Amino acid sequence: MCKDFIVQKSRRAWLKKIQKLAFLTLGAWFSPLTVFAKPEDATKAITEITGGKPVINGKVNLVIPPLVENGNLVVLKVSVESPMTPNDYVKSIHVIAEGNPLPNIFTVYLTPRSGSANITTRVRLADSQIVRAIAQMSNGSFYQGQAETLVTLSACTEMV
Amino acid sequence: MKQWQLLFTGCLIFSVPIVFAATDAGKQKLQSSYELMSAENKAMQDDPSLNPAMFWVGDGEALWNKPSAQNNKSCASCHGNVQKSMRGVATAFPKMIKGRLQTLEGQINQCRVGAQGALALPYDSKELLSLTALIANQSKGMPITVRETPENKAAMQKGRQSFYERMGQLNLSCAQCHEERAGLKLGGSFIPQGHPNAYPIYRLEWQTLGSLQRRLRNCMSGVRAQQYEYGSPEMAQLELFLMWRARGLPMESPGVRP
Amino acid sequence: MSKTSRTSISMPSSAKKGSIIEIRAIAQHDMESGFRYTEGGKLIPRDIIRVFTCTYNNVEVFKADFYSGIGANPLIIFTTLATETGTLEFKWTGDDGYEAVNQANLTVT
Repeated sequence: MCKDFIVQKSRRAWLKKIQKLAFLTLGAWFSPLTVFAKPEDATKAITEITGGKPVINGKVNLVIPPLVENGNLVVLKVSVESPMTPNDYVKSIHVIAEGNPLPNIFTVYLTPRSGSANITTRVRLADSQIVRAIAQMSNGSFYQGQAETLVTLSACTEMV
Repeated sequence: MKQWQLLFTGCLIFSVPIVFAATDAGKQKLQSSYELMSAENKAMQDDPSLNPAMFWVGDGEALWNKPSAQNNKSCASCHGNVQKSMRGVATAFPKMIKGRLQTLEGQINQCRVGAQGALALPYDSKELLSLTALIANQSKGMPITVRETPENKAAMQKGRQSFYERMGQLNLSCAQCHEERAGLKLGGSFIPQGHPNAYPIYRLEWQTLGSLQRRLRNCMSGVRAQQYEYGSPEMAQLELFLMWRARGLPMESPGVRP
Repeated sequence: MSKTSRTSISMPSSAKKGSIIEIRAIAQHDMESGFRYTEGGKLIPRDIIRVFTCTYNNVEVFKADFYSGIGANPLIIFTTLATETGTLEFKWTGDDGYEAVNQANLTVT
């Protein structure tokens, strides 16, 4: 009988240990890192664009409002310094949002006939995040700029 | 004794304006929720080349001229040019027509069923929104003219009651947020006074155009209340009170809101 | 079955040769992202505009690839050089056979 009691007690202690481990694992599983596509996906998307070539910080100016009332429609302006001549122009601009389920937002392809590398559009931002713009120049080099924003939601959202 | 009487009368006279001011606290200067928007959103509303709601106005124009399948009559057959005939019309709705309180959408459906032999359009369908947007757009910039009249007095009182009555699981009335706390913040946004002067609106939250009644249903679900049905008399009464409350504010339809 | 919708172009109707003109192009489209679910838990499939192009007298001068992150009723504002009088054609193509075209004439002095 004494032996049974000791066995029961150790079994209980063992179960408790397993329970703690289980909760720890569960918590890690549900941590925000696994829910949103994060900087790793964005980095992967950028590497696909650049083919691993170095990206220089500069020349690209990305403007989004620092505080957004509603992430469904955010005005985004990107402008790249460039003479836009046949010898020196911006070939393409890629915009990547680190916090969106799919990091790629849009890509524009320009020509020397574009006159300027100024683009304005309206995007969806899923969460407060850093948005990056990578520009490829006609000589094959890559430049980038970024902007950070806080995305809020209206207080009375539709419950359907 | 005389001094005491004088003092008392003085107090009485002094307190009268204070009492009036207190009851008028709800009547702060009218402000459209346009003022609370960011610069980008304001630009989106003001510039027709940026305002997505203009597409619905375009759709509305096409519908205005489309003859009905039933009797070949279009809105234009009776009303002619929309810019002329519908100018200022939206500023007066909801109104009593033949003893019944009618909203703008209700009147459009009334015309469709009565004069075109067509079916009524469901609330917040693309067609009804397009026609409402077209007609409301003809009143853009004009002040709301809804007045309290002997005919609409009873309906107005019911609407007023809805506005000031607590409702829902959260037990909140419209007035508690939109009159007592207008201008303060809830979450990250400013609480607007809640005027219907820009409807139908392109709401960024919905990513599409929607009616006032859709927005009111949102508010009601927000306080976990049983929502009024689309096109119901309760909705029309509340709309009537809201338009009266906003009288004098210029219309901005179709507006953009976050 | 191809589907289409309204589009709107805003740009000047005339410009001096060599000047830069701004073009605003907007299309009426819900841009269903493909990341939303119905109340029953079913995934709503993606249905967006994928590509926008602008040709100037049949020469492509601008192209944009849109992804799910572009907002509903997509707007794009870009520039181009006013080189010669002619017609600018705009084309939007997307999922489910979506296609829309619009055009504008430009007089270059």
